[in-house]
Amino acid sequence: MTEAPVNESFAAPATAETFQQVQATLIEQFPGAVSADTRKGYPGVVVSNDQLVAVATALRDRLGFSYLSSVTGVDYPAEGYLESVYHTYRLAGGPAFVFRARAPRDNPEIPSLVPVWPGADFQEREAYDLFGIQYTGHPNLRRILLWDGFAGHPLRKDWKEPFYEEELKPFKSRWPGGHAVRAESGNPFGKNVQYPAGWVPEGVISRAEKAVYDSMRETGASSGALQTDQIVVNLGPQHPSTHGVFRMVVTLDGETIVDLQPVVGYLHRNHEQIGERNTWLMNMPYTDRLDYLSSLCSNWAYANAVERLMNVKVPERAEYIRVLMAELTRICNHVWALGFLLNDLGAFFTPALYLIEERELILDFFEATTGSRMMCNYFRFGGVARDLPEKLRDENVMAFLHAMIYERLPRAMEELDRYITGNEIVKARCQGVGVLPADKAVAYSTAGPVLRASGVPYDVRRAEPYGLYPELEFDVAVRYNCDVYDRYLIRIDEIHQSLRILRQVLERMPGKGEVLEGKPTYLPKVSPGESYGRGENPKGELGFYVVSTGKANPYRYHVRAPSFINLTPMGEMCKGHKVADVVAILGSIDIVLGETDR
Amino acid sequence: MYGKGIVKGLGVTCKHFFETYIEDFKWLFAGRDRKARSLAARNSTRERGVFTVQYPEEKIPSPERFRFVPFLLVDDQTQAYRCTSCGICAKVCPPQCIWIERGTDPVTGRPVPSPRNFWIDIDVCMNCGFCAEFCPFDAIKMDHDYELASYDRTSRHIFDKQRLARPVSYYASLRPVDYAEEERVRAEEEARKAAKRQGVTTQ
Repeated sequence: MTEAPVNESFAAPATAETFQQVQATLIEQFPGAVSADTRKGYPGVVVSNDQLVAVATALRDRLGFSYLSSVTGVDYPAEGYLESVYHTYRLAGGPAFVFRARAPRDNPEIPSLVPVWPGADFQEREAYDLFGIQYTGHPNLRRILLWDGFAGHPLRKDWKEPFYEEELKPFKSRWPGGHAVRAESGNPFGKNVQYPAGWVPEGVISRAEKAVYDSMRETGASSGALQTDQIVVNLGPQHPSTHGVFRMVVTLDGETIVDLQPVVGYLHRNHEQIGERNTWLMNMPYTDRLDYLSSLCSNWAYANAVERLMNVKVPERAEYIRVLMAELTRICNHVWALGFLLNDLGAFFTPALYLIEERELILDFFEATTGSRMMCNYFRFGGVARDLPEKLRDENVMAFLHAMIYERLPRAMEELDRYITGNEIVKARCQGVGVLPADKAVAYSTAGPVLRASGVPYDVRRAEPYGLYPELEFDVAVRYNCDVYDRYLIRIDEIHQSLRILRQVLERMPGKGEVLEGKPTYLPKVSPGESYGRGENPKGELGFYVVSTGKANPYRYHVRAPSFINLTPMGEMCKGHKVADVVAILGSIDIVLGETDR
Repeated sequence: MYGKGIVKGLGVTCKHFFETYIEDFKWLFAGRDRKARSLAARNSTRERGVFTVQYPEEKIPSPERFRFVPFLLVDDQTQAYRCTSCGICAKVCPPQCIWIERGTDPVTGRPVPSPRNFWIDIDVCMNCGFCAEFCPFDAIKMDHDYELASYDRTSRHIFDKQRLARPVSYYASLRPVDYAEEERVRAEEEARKAAKRQGVTTQ
């Protein structure tokens, strides 16, 4: 059998050879349906639509690529088709296997992969929403980020936003003959708002709303002794426990959740469309605004994606600074997540505030180094913007970092353990709640602490190492009970691992030197092709899929947002629990709406 | 014993509660400048008690690199703008909030290296600092003044050339380290040019 050698290496980490091997196997097994992508700079295969599900199943079951990281669309109007791009990984690590399917722009039908990977659910809905790709067989193909009164599909290249000025930045109206115009005056209200054909803005019950409620499972009378009706209730969108503007539609049987559906998109600003108008570097500060609690990690993931197309080498000191910043950000994010999870459990703000004290000091360091506490905009292609400062207020910056990493942070974590980890109420509320077994966690494409608390030791820093991580000693934190309590504990574990990394960084960091490769430039040379760069963000795997045509602006800029995709199994996790548990489960996923809604 | 975890946790809260008072008492008889000193201590790694700062009565000093809406540097004496209206800041600005009208010579109509006008819409500015980072003439820099709220956003939030102007001495006080470094580089460059000129003339 031809597939035997591949089968043997089923669980081995993927390599460049595996990639060739898998590609050859697929082309052989699906003659005529699978062909290598011939465009320069585009890895992977093109799969014909009728065999897409079969190929995906073969990849998952026989070739070991069981983790679907990203699904997204790309519009190629010149070629006349829309493309759906899939990135799959082996859980043992290694690079992605990329495959794609194409459909004509006027009738873009591509079979849905939800039957193979339930994690494709939200991502295919997003591609449907933004590109209009019809995923046939999708159980719930509705708009997800936009509302149903929105005309068109905004990521198609021929769509223009209401404030449209020019195709690409920089706009010609700014220089040399610029004259200030207030942005609002460009859009006199109501004049350039479009609605879909047949849409009456007034007095209409939104079809999307109706579809949400209709899709909720209502079995009629309750099963209990009291023959009560099941009811559909909205949790949110304005509710402190939803961590932002986020809604959950739940069907309740008394206090028990029968069905739950997250509704997102309230903070949608078409980040990807903005990104495609921007130049490569302009996107850097925009990535800060995705997961605004961990901007430095988002910076890094974006730099990863673009640097792959640039062939730059990051100076050694910059590599150390990058790790230093990313791990401090991880700690910041996790103390926030822990604090707010406890908040949601009713430990109202006391633990959060104790933890935020440490975060405050780290933010002081970020501010002194990058110039901003949260919107850091610190990474550049080929390094970082500036070296560390000499002093932080009146303290030597290295002494400050030593005090934080060797004294304050370990002490704070120890105190947290003493304070609340062993608390019986926390245990009673968390243990056994929101269970997401390992197989489902993988199938639903969850990432980060959610995946690892379900017993899957998958961490991008080890699976597809970037930066300095291969040289640093740390363990991938993993927990096996799959519940809210383990998602709480794993964040503490990860903080301890981050501290371990940081101690090595402080010991080994080389003295003053270059922190940016080459001269600083605002127009980096990005070679044509596509690239998918990932980073292990505190919330999970943040991926940037970028397509370059060799010009100053990205042709396609897609964000694989962990907060968004981690919500896919939310309904699954909540079923059978009480309303109060929903809040805890959501807190344990740790979402941030800036990233979820983009 | 059931409940042990809760009791232990309450101990931590108690400890925090008393620590805040201990820290407060320390500053009670600390002399006239105790407020400034306590503020500095309250945001250092040594602090164990209260972290809160009573804004606006107390303000945490901004670190040198802190960046907020940019300003244009003008010479202290001559009031001349350093800006040459090369347009790099407008080209690199991610939200495109900078408008520059390049100056022209009134006689010949040819462009001159000075802006006739310069606007920044501070509602749109995202404080990324790219303009300051990529300006080849050190003519635009990020400010520290973050208290820009006003009662009328429609008329006051587009800053023009006059509103954006700040003297070089202000910049030097804002960012002494950066300023010293830039001046050093500039002096070196001048010296190099002068030496070259010297070399040319002696040949």
